[in-house]
Amino acid sequence: MKASVLVFPGSNREGDVAQAIELVTGRKPNMVWHGDGNFEKTDLIVIPGGFSYGDYLRCGAMAAQSPVMAEVKKRAAQGVPVLAICNGFQIAAEAGLLPGVLMRNENLKFVCADVHLKIETSQSLFTNRYQAGQVIKVPVAHAEGNYFADDETLKRVEDRGQVAFRYCAPDGTVDGTGNPNGSIRNIAGVFNETKTVLGLMPHPENAVEAMFGGTDGKALFEGIVEALS
Amino acid sequence: MKARVHVTLKNGVLDPQGKAIGHSLNRLGFPEVGDVRQGKYIELELAETDKAKAKARLDEMCRKLLANTVIENYSIELVG
Repeated sequence: MKASVLVFPGSNREGDVAQAIELVTGRKPNMVWHGDGNFEKTDLIVIPGGFSYGDYLRCGAMAAQSPVMAEVKKRAAQGVPVLAICNGFQIAAEAGLLPGVLMRNENLKFVCADVHLKIETSQSLFTNRYQAGQVIKVPVAHAEGNYFADDETLKRVEDRGQVAFRYCAPDGTVDGTGNPNGSIRNIAGVFNETKTVLGLMPHPENAVEAMFGGTDGKALFEGIVEALS
Repeated sequence: MKARVHVTLKNGVLDPQGKAIGHSLNRLGFPEVGDVRQGKYIELELAETDKAKAKARLDEMCRKLLANTVIENYSIELVG
């Protein structure tokens, strides 16, 4: 599997996700600069975390209009899988690849902590190595992760099973106690309609090695590899 | 021509920053302050003399970049 990781001015988790991909595939991903609107053919596009364009205007708003994202939109429409993490999620939402928007955390604080996520479905190329209902522990690090969409959009997203992960208590209870940012309906990650684009605020790439805070995120990358090979 | 664009959160969208500002003002001895909503003000210099054309272009700018219409409203004002 050949993966490409986008790099914007201000990205800072591209190295972490590149390492996670190399760990499960044995291959270094191709790093793609934001001005490159014609990068080489790839099996997976990753939009990493960070603070692209200094979070100017709105998080992800400037990056969403970059040359590389015009190409990503084209390829996503052709079915090339896109994994958008943290700032990547904000960029993908701003680019219209995913429904909704990420707002300032409800408590106005930057939150850097381990959170528990409930897997909503195993029926996707990103979550096939998990069980529906399974609880995993991965870190978050963001100030704008408060997912919001209007009622009509939310209904559509729920009806079509586009919610990928919800923040939950360690025992899997989804009652708001494990929600670090005020996200509506405790949503931590969503798919596009075809489930070929996944956006999530938590960092599975930072939970792939036992020495560094657990391995619950590793199955996400393994699942992608399995689905794409 | 100069344009002034105001971007504000839609009604019903939670504005924690506005709330924090309101609380601070209350604490500072302004109990008359109720609901506070925070927005953005953007000033643009335009190389365009036709007001209608300028407005149409600004509308496009707002929809494409300046505002996220999922959560924000915008208003455009032309000056001079």
